[in-house]
Amino acid sequence: MNQNVSLIFEKSRPGKRGFSIPEKHFSDLDVKALVEPNLLRKQSAELPSVSEPEIVRHFVTLSQKNFSVDTNFYPLGSCTMKYNPKLNEDVARFEGFAQLHPYQPEETIQGALNLMFDLEGALKEITGMDRFTLQPAAGAHGELAGMMLVKAYHDSRKDFKRTQVIVPDSSHGTNPASAALFGFSVVTVKSDERGRVNLAELKKLVGPETACLMLTNPNTLGLFEDEIQQIQKAVHDAGGLLYYDGANMNALLGLARPGDMGFDIVHLNLHKTFSTPHGGGGPGAGPVGVKERLVPFLPAPLVDKKDGKYVLNYDIPQSIGRLRSFYGNFGMLIRAYTFIRRHGREGLNQTSRDAILNANYVKKKVEKHFVVPHAEFCMHEFVAQAVKQNDLGVHATDIAKRLLDFGFHAPTIYFPLIVPEAMMIEPTESESKETLDKFVDAMNVIADEAVDFPDRLRQAPFTLIISRPDDVLAARQPVLTFKDYQAAEHLHLQNQPVGVPVHVE
Amino acid sequence: MNYLPLTETDRQEMLADLGVKNFEDLIRVIPEKLRLKDLNLPSGTNELDLTRELRELSAGNQSTAQALSFLGGGYYEHFIPSIINHVISRSEFYTAYTPYQAEASQGTLQTIFEYQSMIAELTGMDISNASNYDGASATAEAALLALRHTGRNKVLVARTLHPEYRETIRTYCFGSHFDIVDVPFDAAGKLDQAALVSLLKDDVAALIVASPNFLGLVEDFEGVAKKVHDAGALFIMSVNPLSLGLFKSPGEWGADIAVGEGQSLGIPMSLGGPGLGFFAVKKELLRKIPGRLVGMTKDRNGHRCFALTLQAREQHIRREKAGSNICTNHALLALAASVYLAAMGKEGLRKVAEYNVRSSVYLREQLAKIKGFEVPFKGSVFNEFVLKSAKKSPTEIVQKLQAQNIFAGLELGEFYPELKDSLLVCATETKTKAELDRFIDAMRAVS
Repeated sequence: MNQNVSLIFEKSRPGKRGFSIPEKHFSDLDVKALVEPNLLRKQSAELPSVSEPEIVRHFVTLSQKNFSVDTNFYPLGSCTMKYNPKLNEDVARFEGFAQLHPYQPEETIQGALNLMFDLEGALKEITGMDRFTLQPAAGAHGELAGMMLVKAYHDSRKDFKRTQVIVPDSSHGTNPASAALFGFSVVTVKSDERGRVNLAELKKLVGPETACLMLTNPNTLGLFEDEIQQIQKAVHDAGGLLYYDGANMNALLGLARPGDMGFDIVHLNLHKTFSTPHGGGGPGAGPVGVKERLVPFLPAPLVDKKDGKYVLNYDIPQSIGRLRSFYGNFGMLIRAYTFIRRHGREGLNQTSRDAILNANYVKKKVEKHFVVPHAEFCMHEFVAQAVKQNDLGVHATDIAKRLLDFGFHAPTIYFPLIVPEAMMIEPTESESKETLDKFVDAMNVIADEAVDFPDRLRQAPFTLIISRPDDVLAARQPVLTFKDYQAAEHLHLQNQPVGVPVHVE
Repeated sequence: MNYLPLTETDRQEMLADLGVKNFEDLIRVIPEKLRLKDLNLPSGTNELDLTRELRELSAGNQSTAQALSFLGGGYYEHFIPSIINHVISRSEFYTAYTPYQAEASQGTLQTIFEYQSMIAELTGMDISNASNYDGASATAEAALLALRHTGRNKVLVARTLHPEYRETIRTYCFGSHFDIVDVPFDAAGKLDQAALVSLLKDDVAALIVASPNFLGLVEDFEGVAKKVHDAGALFIMSVNPLSLGLFKSPGEWGADIAVGEGQSLGIPMSLGGPGLGFFAVKKELLRKIPGRLVGMTKDRNGHRCFALTLQAREQHIRREKAGSNICTNHALLALAASVYLAAMGKEGLRKVAEYNVRSSVYLREQLAKIKGFEVPFKGSVFNEFVLKSAKKSPTEIVQKLQAQNIFAGLELGEFYPELKDSLLVCATETKTKAELDRFIDAMRAVS
């Protein structure tokens, strides 16, 4: 079955238009006389000419080719695909928030600064940290800020030998990438048989060259690092800092705080724990919190309160500088703040409790058919393995694809890298028991299919608008634009089965 | 809590299923010493009361919908067609994530492919990624790309590049051995070509310029690409994409990388974020480009389809060997920009760009006629320009006009000490002639 939507460029016809703007203002002024002719564009950009109803149908039709949280259970591990409350969307669009210019005088943005100040206050309380910068645009951006803070801190103490960042082998890929992007050398500490940081090995790795340890807790196996106090001591005794990757903070709201565990720097993914929508890949927001001794190095500006007024404080002499323009993804900050205020202390705590309960419930129910490497309760997510199925020639990716046929988004697969045939499942608190039961049923049906009809799984999915894409072809002959496509004869559908419409609206 | 589907009965049943008496039994693994007793936060607020409260908070701001704003400097008030908000409000788009499962994400993937195509067209480049965070971080990543690509250690940055972008580049390079050197502007407010020639040595990885530059000027870069390339460096342009409806593209100027802030393309200002960083390159740099890329390929039945591709560049595969650490990007705003560009089309984009030119040139000419004001830089502009005030300080002007509900412009002194007597004034298609005249009268009164 193929229901491809033609490209917007293929819908373009001369004479169509999708815009309506005033055209008479200043029509007495000839632009050609107003600008130097050599500056004018010679080759115009070949943008499509399409009418408004066609544009709307194009994009709405495309939207229907997606799985999303609002249409499907989306247990993508480590991504916390929870419900995105609609109120948040409305509030972020209030004229008094959405239509603010970043360079307006402070007196005219007091409401916005107030919100940022209060959001920071809530994040401090939730994490046990002393101050936050709201500037980073995403988790990885926060990690980069964190690496800079680590360096600035050690430099300020004239401790220039600390060039190593330690990450567990189960860490998110962004951790080593952020450390390396900033010039640290990356040292990997192995996990032990309990799926935790191998403390004995960590103790051997830390030393005068250790800048920091980056850790996710609960880790990417969904397990709480229960030796965190000893880990903390080992790193701090060696003079290093502790960085908390907050990707899994959804497990801990009101239950435990990274600040109390001894972390010096924390980033949060507001698009995970605090429900700002993932947007098909973003935008997110990655505020970074620190303990007192790192406050002097935070990016400028910070939002402070002075004599009853909110101010943007640029007077941070030891600041690492800014990581982006302006003050952060304010639109996302509004949504996260609204989420926090709707839940309050009890609601946030219940959020984590339900996330943990849901994960354990699903884990228990799929254990019959899938290997779950660690026999203990998990936190908000867990990793199952398709290793039994592997012996039948069926892989995690086949199970993931088959799940799509059942109307469920796939878990995160092949991550963490240390677990063969990994399927990382994070139900979040937003799912009902009924949905979880259906998902479990699907997993178990698929496990049976792996035995009886392994080929069915290798061919899946069957019910979506396309079958599996040829990733090798995509990488070997990159077709990344419409122009590339026009020149790419191999994609011009010479192999269409007769009678199957190629482009259906 | 109406966002939580589990009932108390569900919870009890599920706990019983798990063989435990209460929830606490599930989290015994957390050391007692670390267990938090309670969050010191207020209790939750119901939807109606919270809406009321937040509306009031938003009313504590003076938005550009109420005021007459002439602020620019990297973020602009533009007309946003209604369809954009309707499309990006489709929750099938905004509640999805990165399209790892191509079969279940063809909608997002195709929109990104179309976005890449339009950005490549607009910038005159071969390839665009799926987006970066904002103009500043995209420009900083471009600098890093050039440093890696050339193996050199110095980047030349036009002093007329947005000051916050320049600071971001420095931050990204903090702690490294990389050297970021400003190229001054000349008396006309443009890149000082003589200074460029003297700085362009064999240790230079790239020259980064802005168009329009921070002083509002669209510059003539004829011959610059050749000089830069002859020195073995890359030519990077940070551009306002809306201006490209009318002005020469980075591709036409011979740039290797085009980056910038896409907020002008149908994205609300929202106090400076989220916006849209775009990043486009020539073919030669394909494997160096940071971030996600979507490619067209075939599925098993031979039908064309879309998938993330060339992922071997990225952090989730290459970890510490990745060229960039970017993961989450600004996909939904890339979608907004795609809808904007589709709606405007070639013709609409040119018309909007022309409107900006006409508005700002009219305003510039009228303000220049007022005694006490002058225009220090006379070159071509897109939608903003520098206005020098001989008598009154910019601060005084801004304050006096603010009292009349007008944001007169951006005081330049904090960015360029030598321009402490000047304002950066912006006029886009959002302003009618009557509004410009009202502003001109107000300015005459304070001059």
